[in-house]
Amino acid sequence: MKALILVGGYGTRLRPLTLSVPKPLVEFCNKPILLHQVEALVKAGVRHVILAVSYMSDLLEREMKAQEQRLGIKISLSHEEEPLGTAGPLALARELLTDNEEPFFVLNSDVICDFPFQDMLKFHKNHGKEGTIVVTKVEEPSKYGVVVYEGESGRIHRFVEKPQVFVSNKINAGMYIFSPSMLRRIQLRPTSIEKEIFPVMAEEGHLYAMELQGFWMDIGQPKDFLTGMCMYLQSVRQQAPERLRTGPGFLGNVLVDPTAVIGENCTIGPNVTIGAGVVLEDGVRIKRCTVLKGAHIRSHSWLESCIVGWSSSVGQWVRMENVTVLGEDVIVNDELYINGANVLPHKSITDSVPEPRIIM
Amino acid sequence: MLKAVILIRGPQKGTRFRPLSFEVPKPLFPVAGVPMLQHHIEACAQVPNMKEILLVGFYQPNEELNRFLSAAQQDFKVSVRYLQEYAALGTGGGIYHFRDQILSGSPEAFFVLNADVCSEFPLMDMLKFQKEHGDAHSFIILGTTANRKQSLNYGCIVENEQSCEVLHYVEKPSTFVSDIINCGIYLFTPEIFQHIGGVFQKNQQDLMLYPYDGDEQSNGWQRAEAIRLEQDIFTALAGQGKLYVYKTDRFWSQIKSAGSAIYASRLYLNQYHKTHPERLAENKEGGPKICGNVYVHPTANIDPTAVLGPNVSIGTGVTIGAGVRVRESIILHGATLQDHSCVLNSIVGWESTIGKWARVEGTPSDPNPNDPYSKIDSETLFRDGKLTPSITILGCNVTIPSEVIILNSIVLPHKDLNRSFKNQIIL
Repeated sequence: MKALILVGGYGTRLRPLTLSVPKPLVEFCNKPILLHQVEALVKAGVRHVILAVSYMSDLLEREMKAQEQRLGIKISLSHEEEPLGTAGPLALARELLTDNEEPFFVLNSDVICDFPFQDMLKFHKNHGKEGTIVVTKVEEPSKYGVVVYEGESGRIHRFVEKPQVFVSNKINAGMYIFSPSMLRRIQLRPTSIEKEIFPVMAEEGHLYAMELQGFWMDIGQPKDFLTGMCMYLQSVRQQAPERLRTGPGFLGNVLVDPTAVIGENCTIGPNVTIGAGVVLEDGVRIKRCTVLKGAHIRSHSWLESCIVGWSSSVGQWVRMENVTVLGEDVIVNDELYINGANVLPHKSITDSVPEPRIIM
Repeated sequence: MLKAVILIRGPQKGTRFRPLSFEVPKPLFPVAGVPMLQHHIEACAQVPNMKEILLVGFYQPNEELNRFLSAAQQDFKVSVRYLQEYAALGTGGGIYHFRDQILSGSPEAFFVLNADVCSEFPLMDMLKFQKEHGDAHSFIILGTTANRKQSLNYGCIVENEQSCEVLHYVEKPSTFVSDIINCGIYLFTPEIFQHIGGVFQKNQQDLMLYPYDGDEQSNGWQRAEAIRLEQDIFTALAGQGKLYVYKTDRFWSQIKSAGSAIYASRLYLNQYHKTHPERLAENKEGGPKICGNVYVHPTANIDPTAVLGPNVSIGTGVTIGAGVRVRESIILHGATLQDHSCVLNSIVGWESTIGKWARVEGTPSDPNPNDPYSKIDSETLFRDGKLTPSITILGCNVTIPSEVIILNSIVLPHKDLNRSFKNQIIL
């Protein structure tokens, strides 16, 4: 089976992290975002993954070659030279997707959840029509594309993009499974799958909705990245609690890479991910944060709701909060207060940032 | 024989020192580890032939003041007494009211010092200057240089550059007059009372002519006796050949707001190298790390992993936990700073508690370091409707929970906070 992952372009919403590393390779809970999806696809029987990218990255190519070897599958890159929207990339990969009659998966690369790929396949084969969309229930549906469908069969009636009044609380979760015949509907030009393709398929009775069980998050921006992290860690606690770190000084769900070094009298958690080679000195308090590979947090500092970029260094007695994101190799001097700062790579911060802003 | 009078005023004055002045009379607030007044008394006690130090003010007798007075009696070989005014009589009225006491024993001269200033107190230099200028009865004002803009906040002195006579004096003018300002420290001879007496007589005569000042019901005598040295005496004496100004470039600052107490602490702590090196903490085995000038009371209990300074004063019985950082702050008696907390540019009130990993931070309002004549701003509390970022003050018995931030805020006494606060006054 095949899968197409819509990786897209520069990942600007996840800057400053994506200034150093292409978005699919940014580690989410100590594993590249892309790998969460690819490993789940492989478990469901996918043997060929196609990455639809609009921005080519050597780093991405090299990393994907390494994963091909490791997972024993084929990974192709489909490069759109001009923007093709959300449907166009499927047309671009038409050859790769139609070499047999099996249905193929299409995923939005920012989605994290308990991937239901086997269930999707079963559901899709059961109704026998051209397309299945996974939907999920959210608290604020008006931020997304809302799906109206028949509860029993799952047959989709219509879509409403960002509705002004309440229509439904089920939204498009960014995961699809299609029969290859559906590709005749898409031409090789900039096309929106939600606005141009899906409405026609729904009209013709060829589009069905499968409701996702469990957590879901679009982690394409820092605030949601952290929320998604909390959800994922909770899911790890339910399914594989031995992966989490427990004991004195650890509260709630905490994921720590075995090569990380943690000092005395620290209190870590809840909802913290510590990457490879990270050093936390004595007396550090961290809550609801992702600390990426090689970062160094010096003693007595206090961090909440932050992403600390690779190889960054946070000084002593620093207080960082409110979705502060440090890019790669950022230095924060001792005794500063950093509130909601978005700091670009290789910057040194020598003064407090009492109100949220971007530091270039 | 010499005497000194320290004007300590009373509770209605010094409202800019709230909420700290709720607990203790402002003149007794600790600056660089000892009560503000003690710096004045120590300086006066050093002057040879200093017979007596009189504190004049209108505070009711209270526990702190009495305790301070009995301790002062013991520690200094000079008699220290408190003379309580029956009402706020002003900077001139108070000393006039007690002129008999001041003049008893026939001192040749006496110093008058305002309590709310911080200074190197060049009293010997003023004595020498007095002998060299004017006649045996001259009065001396200690002056210093301010920048043009800030001079408007002080008493301004125009001097004759050769003779140092004061030609003109005006208190807080609205336009620039002079960059020499009044430090609030004077050297008078007994003749000053003739001049103050003259103003008193005139006030009484005015009262007879105009018995009612609007709706004021106040005591007529009090209104006659309420005399301000600056507006009522110096302005009139200027240009009469009686008043001289001795300019100093040694450190001097007003202490009006809580923020200026931290600045004053820095100045006095620095002076301790010369005057009281035993009051400066040192790096010791098993002790906390000390950076710069730090005062630590011997009864304070400080974890060796704490880092203190520069410009920190730690009061009696204070407990400081592991990994605590204190910088540019005053920690008052009995306060507790729990592990990993961070206190910057703040005053932590008596018996207050700061939770683990909490951050208590203010914004300093120091004089411009690029301008040698810049003075600390007595800025207003609000500007454009918003609270001006300033030193964070925790009143007495305030509890700050763990892990929060208190930034640029003023917390009134006996408050238990439950979350972070920024740029607020918390009642």
